[in-house]
Amino acid sequence: MKLLFERSRPGRGQNLIPACDVPACAFDAARLREKAPRLPEISEVDLGRHYTELAKQTHGVNDGFYPLGSCTMKYNPRINEEMAGLPGFTGIHPLQGEETVQGCLEVLSRLEALLCEITGMDGMTFQPAAGAHGEYTGLLLIRRYHQSRGDAARTKIIVPDSAHGTNPASAVMAGFSVVSIPSNAQGGVDLDALKAAVGPDTAGLMLTNPNTLGLFDPNILEITEIVHQAGGLCYYDGANLNAVMGRVRPGDMGFDCVHLNLHKTFSTPHGGGGPGSGPVGCKAFLAQFLPEPRVCREEGAYHFYAPEHTMGKVRSFYGNFLVAVRALTYILILGREGIPEASAGAVLNANYLMHRLKGAYDMAYDTVCMHEFVMTLERLKHETGVSAMDVAKRLLDFGMHPPTMYFPLIVHEALMVEPTETESRETLDEAAEVFLSILEEARSNPESLHAAPHSCPIGRPDEVAAARTPVLRYDFNQ
Amino acid sequence: MASYIPSTAEERQAMLEAIGLKTVEDLYAAVPASAKLEKLNLPDGLTEFEAAAAIEALAEKNRRYRSIFRGAGSYDHYIPAIVKTVTSKEEFVTAYTPYQAEISQGVLQSIFEYQTQICELTGMDVSNASVYDGAVAAAEAVMMCQERKKSGVLLSDTVDPQVLSVVRTYCESRNVPVTVLPSTDYALNPDTLRAALSDTSACVYVQSPNFYGVLEDVDALVALAHEAGAKVIMAANPISLGLLKTPGEYGADIAVCEGQPLGMPLSFGGPYLGVMACKAAMMRKLPGRIVGQTTDSQGRRCFVLTLQAREQHIRREKASSNICSNEALCAMTASVYLAAVGPEGLRRAAENSAAHAHYLAGLLNDIPGFELKTKRPFFHEFVTACPVPAATLQARLDKEGILGGLPVEGGILWCCTEKNTRGQIERLAAICREVSGK
Repeated sequence: MKLLFERSRPGRGQNLIPACDVPACAFDAARLREKAPRLPEISEVDLGRHYTELAKQTHGVNDGFYPLGSCTMKYNPRINEEMAGLPGFTGIHPLQGEETVQGCLEVLSRLEALLCEITGMDGMTFQPAAGAHGEYTGLLLIRRYHQSRGDAARTKIIVPDSAHGTNPASAVMAGFSVVSIPSNAQGGVDLDALKAAVGPDTAGLMLTNPNTLGLFDPNILEITEIVHQAGGLCYYDGANLNAVMGRVRPGDMGFDCVHLNLHKTFSTPHGGGGPGSGPVGCKAFLAQFLPEPRVCREEGAYHFYAPEHTMGKVRSFYGNFLVAVRALTYILILGREGIPEASAGAVLNANYLMHRLKGAYDMAYDTVCMHEFVMTLERLKHETGVSAMDVAKRLLDFGMHPPTMYFPLIVHEALMVEPTETESRETLDEAAEVFLSILEEARSNPESLHAAPHSCPIGRPDEVAAARTPVLRYDFNQ
Repeated sequence: MASYIPSTAEERQAMLEAIGLKTVEDLYAAVPASAKLEKLNLPDGLTEFEAAAAIEALAEKNRRYRSIFRGAGSYDHYIPAIVKTVTSKEEFVTAYTPYQAEISQGVLQSIFEYQTQICELTGMDVSNASVYDGAVAAAEAVMMCQERKKSGVLLSDTVDPQVLSVVRTYCESRNVPVTVLPSTDYALNPDTLRAALSDTSACVYVQSPNFYGVLEDVDALVALAHEAGAKVIMAANPISLGLLKTPGEYGADIAVCEGQPLGMPLSFGGPYLGVMACKAAMMRKLPGRIVGQTTDSQGRRCFVLTLQAREQHIRREKASSNICSNEALCAMTASVYLAAVGPEGLRRAAENSAAHAHYLAGLLNDIPGFELKTKRPFFHEFVTACPVPAATLQARLDKEGILGGLPVEGGILWCCTEKNTRGQIERLAAICREVSGK
């Protein structure tokens, strides 16, 4: 379809901004841009239709089942959007006087208290704008902690080989080097490998539990104990909290700090890749290092303050505030009963779908899973030539978003399926039928799968060409 | 159902039994008993009606000003109605990162259009799909410039203090030296930069208009930096680029902006938009998602996430950055905004903002005690003295629904946009005159 620039016609536009009502201000010619930006000149109706057409070529949560593993694509309640759009929030300048923003400060303060209860932490910052940003911030807490004790030798972060790619990348940004440890036969942390890896150079461990295989590590208490015994701290990657919220808390598993993905676990939308929010919680002894400002309540009013040994800022202002409004709305609605009910629903749905597919598809680990499970299509590929990619692309023809492909890296031909709790039994049954029919097709007509999808706006894109000769902007001279 | 679960309790029990389990607890058999939570100490869940009332009550506790003369990193520009209409389409709102190109052409094409607009706006060759905000864009840009034999960043105390704080945080963890140069008359004197540069300087970060609204001597600063072999990162207000010389025209290597003025409401500081663009030579150092054009299996034009060999999910600890989620919907917001206003509307927003600011500066400068402190050319922000405590002035402005300028060292940092009408400006000046007692 046409690009915005191809719809542009000289002289078209919209009547938006009045003529100037004061004398114009003249800048030196040397300070002016020489050439006007070639922005589209377009009428409102054409602009509106352009994006309506783009919307039709976008698959959102309301367009169909979205079992994208590790991303927790649950339903995004509409009330959250209405609350985040209240002018009493959107119209507030971040540098207004404290006494004029008491409602905003109360949002942050109440959400902090609720999330600290859910995670077993004592303090939290909302400054990180996404999960990876939260990881970075959490690792800086660990860095500051060791620095404050004069312990300069602790330069290494231990990361299991099943971890999200952001974990090692964040550790390096935070100034650490990464020690990767293998998973054991059950998909958990190999305790012997962990024991061998820890030492006086251990700054900490980053762990997702349940991990990226969808498995809760039964040795979790021993794992955090091993790290603590060695003088390291334990970081909880909250990407998979949806499996366990309200049932077991990172703080009670021995973790010292945690990041959450409000855009996963707490139902705020992903926006096609953000804005998210990655608040970081920590135990009391780390709170002195949190980014500034934090919010406290004193003498009946909320105030900003800087923690004693703050790391400074990781983003301007207070983070993605409107995302926090959505998450607060969600938690208020779910409450005491709804939070554990949601996690159990997520785990139940994953196990139910896994059960429906088991036998036909090979499971990487055939055991009760948490909120997601990982299938390996290695045998299918060997027998039919049909890959995980082929199956994923064929799913598109049935109006489903495919599972996460080729992750975690330790499972070959992986498809990682996370249904979330907000899908009905019928949706899971229908999805199971689709998965099973594709398996039959793989054996009867593998060519059809290699060529899939057949009914999408485009066929498979040439990604190699895209990377080899990058075209990253529209060419006005073509 | 309070948790947005569609199935009833009976249906869930039937599903449990279908998989051979009896109770929900059986699902959590792997969790050590001693770690299990006995009681979640949260309030009871609310109906949607009750929750809405609770949140609305919080929103009502905030003070909304009728006219805003405060900027300092967050700007109150007019947002065309079409912007919100487009960006609240639920397909855009609820989609994930466009990993599956075949069903994500809408999001991918919009990012490609955004990248093109950002290149046009900044005069750069390549833009990424966004980072978290302008301050993080600055910090990531500093990281792009670090080399084995060149490290550190030079910047002046006229940059946004929040940006400085974020840059310091990012640099501290990577052992990158940060040198803050003292300014003269609210701008960085090129001689000060010349004295500080060395052949190990990796980059110079210039913000123009700077935190005080003043236009820096960018030409001279860029020449000095490049002479010393250092890269130049230029931060600009994106609205100003409708009118003023671009980072590309100045010869900067990387351009960064806080993209909030491009259609995003103030929103107590976020979500905002980190704009990052660079010269072609630095393309593979750019962090974050980038969308590229290619063709599909039938030769049709289409768009994909590309150059992923830079990214964390491929490179892990060797990635150029850890960024994964960015601010995609904010990028789309900026893109719709720029398309709606067009080149003419953007120039008008810039011209009117500057004209309003200069008109206010003139009126205030005539009031004893409110003398203009920023004597050099400025865009839409400037500093005046203040003859009374800033809080006294704001208390008086509160009565009229006006948010005055931000108290800074030496006075008040004022800001105007196209939204501040002549009437509002004159009313503000009249109150200042009254407060001054002259």
